[in-house]
Amino acid sequence: MIDAFLEATIRWATPFALAALGECVSERAGVINIGLEGSIIAGALGATVAAGVFGPTIGFAAGAMSGLIIAACFAVFVVMLRADQIITGTAITMFSLGLTGTLYRLIYGASGVSLTTPTTGVLAIPVLRDIPVIGPALFEQPPITYALYVAIGAVAWWMSRTHAGLSLRAVGERPDAAAAAGVPVRRVQFGAVLFAGAMAGLAGATLVLAQAGTFVENMSAGRGFIAIAIVVLGRWRPLGVAAASLLFGAAYTLQNLFQSLGLVNVPYNLFLAVPYVLTLVVLSFSGRGTSAPAALGRTEIV
Amino acid sequence: MTDPTSANQSSGDPPSGNLPSNKRPFDNARSDNAPSRIVSSDKPPSGNAQEQPVTRSDARGLSRTVIANGARVLALAAVAVVLLVILLTITGQRTGDALIALLNGAAGSWYALTSATLVRAIPLALAGLAVSLAFRAGILNIGAEGQLLAGAAAATFATLAAPQLGVLVIPLLLVAGCVAGAAWAGIAAVMRQKFGVLEVISTIMLNYVALHTVGYLVRGPLQESTHVFPQSFTIDHHAQLPVILPGTRLHLGFVLAAVIGVAMWWWLRDRAGGFRLRAVGANARAAASAGRINVPRTTTLAFLASGAIAGLAGATQLSGVTYSLYETISPGYGYTAIAVALLARLNPLGVLVAAVLFGALEAGANAMQRDAGVPEVLVSVVEAMLILLVLAGDRWRTNRRRFAESGI
Repeated sequence: MIDAFLEATIRWATPFALAALGECVSERAGVINIGLEGSIIAGALGATVAAGVFGPTIGFAAGAMSGLIIAACFAVFVVMLRADQIITGTAITMFSLGLTGTLYRLIYGASGVSLTTPTTGVLAIPVLRDIPVIGPALFEQPPITYALYVAIGAVAWWMSRTHAGLSLRAVGERPDAAAAAGVPVRRVQFGAVLFAGAMAGLAGATLVLAQAGTFVENMSAGRGFIAIAIVVLGRWRPLGVAAASLLFGAAYTLQNLFQSLGLVNVPYNLFLAVPYVLTLVVLSFSGRGTSAPAALGRTEIV
Repeated sequence: MTDPTSANQSSGDPPSGNLPSNKRPFDNARSDNAPSRIVSSDKPPSGNAQEQPVTRSDARGLSRTVIANGARVLALAAVAVVLLVILLTITGQRTGDALIALLNGAAGSWYALTSATLVRAIPLALAGLAVSLAFRAGILNIGAEGQLLAGAAAATFATLAAPQLGVLVIPLLLVAGCVAGAAWAGIAAVMRQKFGVLEVISTIMLNYVALHTVGYLVRGPLQESTHVFPQSFTIDHHAQLPVILPGTRLHLGFVLAAVIGVAMWWWLRDRAGGFRLRAVGANARAAASAGRINVPRTTTLAFLASGAIAGLAGATQLSGVTYSLYETISPGYGYTAIAVALLARLNPLGVLVAAVLFGALEAGANAMQRDAGVPEVLVSVVEAMLILLVLAGDRWRTNRRRFAESGI
């Protein structure tokens, strides 16, 4: 029972952690990407289309690429033109939701036929899976989850231990000082936004190729915005973000559990609202005294 | 408790930062009288999306403003059509058929103009006014959609009093919509003020909560009597807003939106309260120090008023158009309203004009899907591109001016 719960928690947490890890990097460079939602939905559609033709592995790559393209649009406005980050992000999300809806109907017909894409199965890791309790939860997952483990470690190490990571953080804290020290501020921000877009695209691909097995319009359902809340909760640190994602994985697991238990007197719509309410509660308790990058959201030219 | 340096290990600054304006984490900055982090605090005013309208609204006279905005919106309409043609061509549609369907659906007949375009313009105008009021005050209220749904749900409850009240139930349901919208926005306002929560995230989350709550209501307490369909009972005929043009579906909400738009324009331009709101939105710190303006009070009231107007949009939609509550009562009016407000440069009169443009776009898109098989959502791509174009144009002008000033 506890095994199944932990396994499902990590499975649901995977897309959140992927998107939030990318957003964490972007925010440490001073760019808050509200368009993350747009990258996720684009990744989901890109993965669906590519996986239908070339199989799931290419599907993930196409998902990442789709998310990256949407993020590149965002970066042109925000990093190059220094337009308002929040408004641009909102517009990019609208753009991407509309575009994916249009393309989906054009490719698969106006009726939106229920198409099924190939999914990645569970890949159990031989020895590690035998660890009691956490073994099956951590190591009987789809391959993308293992890629996530590696990414969390790599980003955490890169951000705190390398010169490039230091430059990234400097850009997010004091862009003027970073520029004076010879850091190419705009290039760093552009790269960080692209990375966030690719990770969000992977998150979208995960929704399709490792979870739902099909594309549905608006299937990202606010996950991009929740991922931004996860970054706040995780205190802008990769490991914190990974831990915070687990909370939302657990919320989705419980939501599904309650629904399948069929508590007739509690309507399922109220369960659907749980992750969003949880986000609000979590933000209320973690909003103050945080270690937000000092230059987050600022638009002045450097 | 709000010591910004306590958790700021990563930047390694000393415990008593002597550069509070630069080193303060943005989440703290918004809880006191510091400016919104969107607007740069330590630079001279720039041609930012929030600041531009402050100077624009100095234009004399109602008609002049309407004409100026009308011309602007017409230009944008032309751009929208060009974008649409490009998108249709790229996606391999029959462009001619689609455009004819769009024009017919939006303005092909008196009925299409009044009952499709103008009827859709009503919720867009009200929600657009809600968004522009909040943006003017420096509050990024993305939650008009949720506030609209809250208003529609509350108005549905209010119609239950129709048998006792007769037509007097109409003011009751309109007030109920306003109160519910304000309350829904109030959650985000309190979270912003007390906990420093970014209102962009909280209002989006509240949109989803509102959607699922309405989903619950129309399957539970408010469901129609056969308990088959996920929608509410049809509201009493006393509770239905009267039609103002015989033979069409144009309802009283049109007058309501126009009156509120003009009133808001006048209030923002000529009243002390309107000035305070604009000052806070332009630069909260300056408003607090130089103008002695109570910033938290002004922003909270603006947030509540914004929610009330969005709630009113929901109430008029229920009582004027749908006559029953269901989850899809708003096909994203609250989100489109952001485009409406931004394209009008947050000017209330401009919002009224832009709402008609977007009403036409949405009505035309509906006809385009029906008659030419073009997905309706294509129009939201056009709307998003319009926002981006306006943003880019504003920034391009500002950046060019900055470069000129700095002599580069």
